[in-house]
Amino acid sequence: MSAPPLLEMRSITKTFPGVTALSDVNLSVRDGEIHAICGENGAGKSTLMKVLSGVHPYGSYEGSIVYRGAETRFSDIRASEHAGIVIIHQELALVPGMSITENIFLGNEPRRFGRIDWKAANSHVLKLLAMVGLNEDPDTLVKDIGVGKQQLVEIAKAFAKDVQLLILDEPTAALNETDSRHLLDLLRGFKKRGITSIMISHKLNEIEAIADSITILRDGRTIETIDVAGEGADEDRIVRGMVGRDLGSRFPEHEPSIGEVFFEVRDWTVRHPISAERLVCKNSSFTVRRGEIVGFAGLMGAGRTELAMSLFGRSYGVYLGGRVFKDGREIQLRSVADAIAHGLAYVSEDRKAVGLNLLDDVKTSVVAAKLSKITRNGVIDEAAEYHAAEEYRRNLRIKTPSVDEGVTKLSGGNQQKVVLAKWMFTDPDLLILDEPTRGIDVGAKYEIYGIIQRLASEGRGVIVISSELPELIGLCDRIYTVFEGTITGEIARRDADPELLMKQMTSTKKLATP
Amino acid sequence: MSRTKELQKNLFGGTTSNARQFVMIATLVGIILYFQISTGGLTLQSGNLIALTQQYAYISVLSIGMLMVIVAGHIDLSVGSVAAFTGIVVAKAISQHDVPWPAGILLGLAVGALIGAWQGFWVAYVGIPAFIVTLAGMLLFRGGNQYIGNADTVPVPPGFREIGAGYLPEAGPDTGYNNLTLLLGLLACAAVIWRELRSRQVRKQMEGAEPAPLWISVIRIVVMVAVIVFATLRFAGGRIGTSFPISGIILAVLVIAYSYYTRNTAGGRHIYAVGGNSRAAELSGVKLRRVNFMVMMNMSILAALAGMIFVARSAASGPQDGLSWELDAIAAVFIGGAAVSGGLGTVGGSIVGGLVMAVLNNGLQLTGTGSDMVQIIKGLFLLGAVALDVYNKKQGRFSIIGSLTRPLRREPSAQSSDPTAQDRETARI
Repeated sequence: MSAPPLLEMRSITKTFPGVTALSDVNLSVRDGEIHAICGENGAGKSTLMKVLSGVHPYGSYEGSIVYRGAETRFSDIRASEHAGIVIIHQELALVPGMSITENIFLGNEPRRFGRIDWKAANSHVLKLLAMVGLNEDPDTLVKDIGVGKQQLVEIAKAFAKDVQLLILDEPTAALNETDSRHLLDLLRGFKKRGITSIMISHKLNEIEAIADSITILRDGRTIETIDVAGEGADEDRIVRGMVGRDLGSRFPEHEPSIGEVFFEVRDWTVRHPISAERLVCKNSSFTVRRGEIVGFAGLMGAGRTELAMSLFGRSYGVYLGGRVFKDGREIQLRSVADAIAHGLAYVSEDRKAVGLNLLDDVKTSVVAAKLSKITRNGVIDEAAEYHAAEEYRRNLRIKTPSVDEGVTKLSGGNQQKVVLAKWMFTDPDLLILDEPTRGIDVGAKYEIYGIIQRLASEGRGVIVISSELPELIGLCDRIYTVFEGTITGEIARRDADPELLMKQMTSTKKLATP
Repeated sequence: MSRTKELQKNLFGGTTSNARQFVMIATLVGIILYFQISTGGLTLQSGNLIALTQQYAYISVLSIGMLMVIVAGHIDLSVGSVAAFTGIVVAKAISQHDVPWPAGILLGLAVGALIGAWQGFWVAYVGIPAFIVTLAGMLLFRGGNQYIGNADTVPVPPGFREIGAGYLPEAGPDTGYNNLTLLLGLLACAAVIWRELRSRQVRKQMEGAEPAPLWISVIRIVVMVAVIVFATLRFAGGRIGTSFPISGIILAVLVIAYSYYTRNTAGGRHIYAVGGNSRAAELSGVKLRRVNFMVMMNMSILAALAGMIFVARSAASGPQDGLSWELDAIAAVFIGGAAVSGGLGTVGGSIVGGLVMAVLNNGLQLTGTGSDMVQIIKGLFLLGAVALDVYNKKQGRFSIIGSLTRPLRREPSAQSSDPTAQDRETARI
């Protein structure tokens, strides 16, 4: 490479309390190229982009960022936008009740004598919309256009800020085929105009089609950067880079003893709570045996959480069809209370938002899902509550000075143990664990794996939803892959390898069951 | 840890420090002492304490219901109008339709339940924010009061007036005091001691959890018994014919019952769960709608009761009854440590919060402060109390109030002291 790179991020290290999100990451982006960043969920892609765009300000990370030959020290996102770096997040930041024009100039309004100069805005907006190929009346409200067009409005907004380096985080995740293709064409057009793009994507076919360079991240580290023109993009190589790692001793020893099928779901179909034509689960069928740990692999947004939550007393979406059998008999799960009564437990992926009441202490959290076990005539027996919580504190080795401690004072791993205790307290037959190790450190992960294996050994069924393939492969006896609301494959432990799973997770093609 | 801190911890809470409640009670004591001195001893005179109890009993009844509404994450602006509406219905029924007054009270509670069911339906099952539903209710039932009462004043008969203006009767030998009030005081002392002992016993059953040292229990009992004895003698030794008010007894019973319900039952815990994190509560099997419905309904029943107590005290129902009561009740709850976002707060705290406002009001009036200054001072006080909380939260410690009031809510060793202490202090007015 002769010309100096447009952007160079050198030895970026970023830690959050208890977790190292990025460690010594390097990224070099040439002027005028399309640079793809790949990695599994949690590999650190988004964090890296947040460091670049000033969401994590200068000083909160280690390392240096050199942009156009000068070191930058962005204090916030406005500072990076001022330098021409604009990030478009996966969740679009548009105000639905405002028009296209108002959204494009939001926070960046052209002004004349302190008043918004709508004349200038209106004439400018047409140029911007033409640039992104959006053929809509600029006075249309954003909520009235589809998500694909909303994406284009976001990009137009970036152009209004005079963008030079455009960062797109999973830009096609929510788009259909046509809109995706249009977006990719657009990026190629920008390239011709000298605008550099960084694109985060899971979709390998898109990356292959469009990227000039590919940087692969894994576990917060740079694995390699592939120069597509020189070396060619090889899908296998990317996948290997994304997932390949030593699975050695990260899991406790476990000898599964698997019994009969006791839980079965047939043709489960659920639609999105708002959008009537969007199916989040399409005819999903699966089984769980006693003592078995079953994995659900899929990318973010594949519909795994939606499947689990809709099963758990219809806590998500609108039920359209499907039947659930337990121990050979059909059961009805119309409410969470039903689900708990039938021995189901669901441990949410977002323990802070929906798993715990953060105002509670450890003991009230542990008993929260089955108060009936410690109440007599509706009155809580505080000694029984205390003993129950103490028992789990000891068994799960929850690190807390006492069970009277507030749950916010605990580390992520210990909070997760509290949530597990809360659901173990309900004495479930089937536990659905959604991302049980998200955001917790390696040591705590190992302990959580041990707990999961113990639950299975007690003859319970366990479903583990995880975005970390090695975790699924190391832990599960059987893995289902999910893509766009459909179960696309079922893979036994002995056949499971990351590349096969990744392929199943990214395509609708059903694998012939071996 | 400093010695005073340790003492404070032992007296008021178990594991976590409990500064907020400590500050509240200290503030209350401070205000009482200040006015006691500046009014030349008027504040703690029998007559004043009795009047204060009668004057604020109905606001405190409201603040119990409001506490539960706010803990569940809602608000109720309609309580004043609901109270006025119930008042006029009951007054008319008794004085113009010959309904016997005990039946009139039941009718009032039924009216409250109906109104509550109406508001609860919109909040819980239709999903309209309680702010809007009760704002509508505020207009609706104020208008209803004037429509039914023709904007007139309707008197109520003496029997009914007892619940607002009555006292414990004279009975037994002439001791120079009201004997029944003395008996009540004795019972209260016994209850305090019994609770303290029982909580020690419960704590002992929990292996690994140390009960507070014995001397702490002794101090707690001595302080509370002293307060109760003082209050009893004041209430029992007033002007002949006066003693502990009936409305005070109604309030004390409600405070004990609702403290117990919110702290010790599954139903009570569900309210905190819904307010703390409604999604998490729902995913734990809590029936969200039912909880919201019951909380709103309960509020209106208590508002109906408060309305009747007020009508009984003023001997008539009028079109101006209950004006801006909702503000007093809401202020009491927030001064008492409830969080605006829900999930936190105690019945006891709200009663103390109401007391602080009541004593402030009463003391300022006794010292001849104009109502303009009274309002300004109360406003600043409310703002200051909540600002302190917000400031603490911003310091990065998630929900200071939460960690501070938690031991009061559920800690067995802490429980013993506070609610009863607060009941007694209510009685002391």
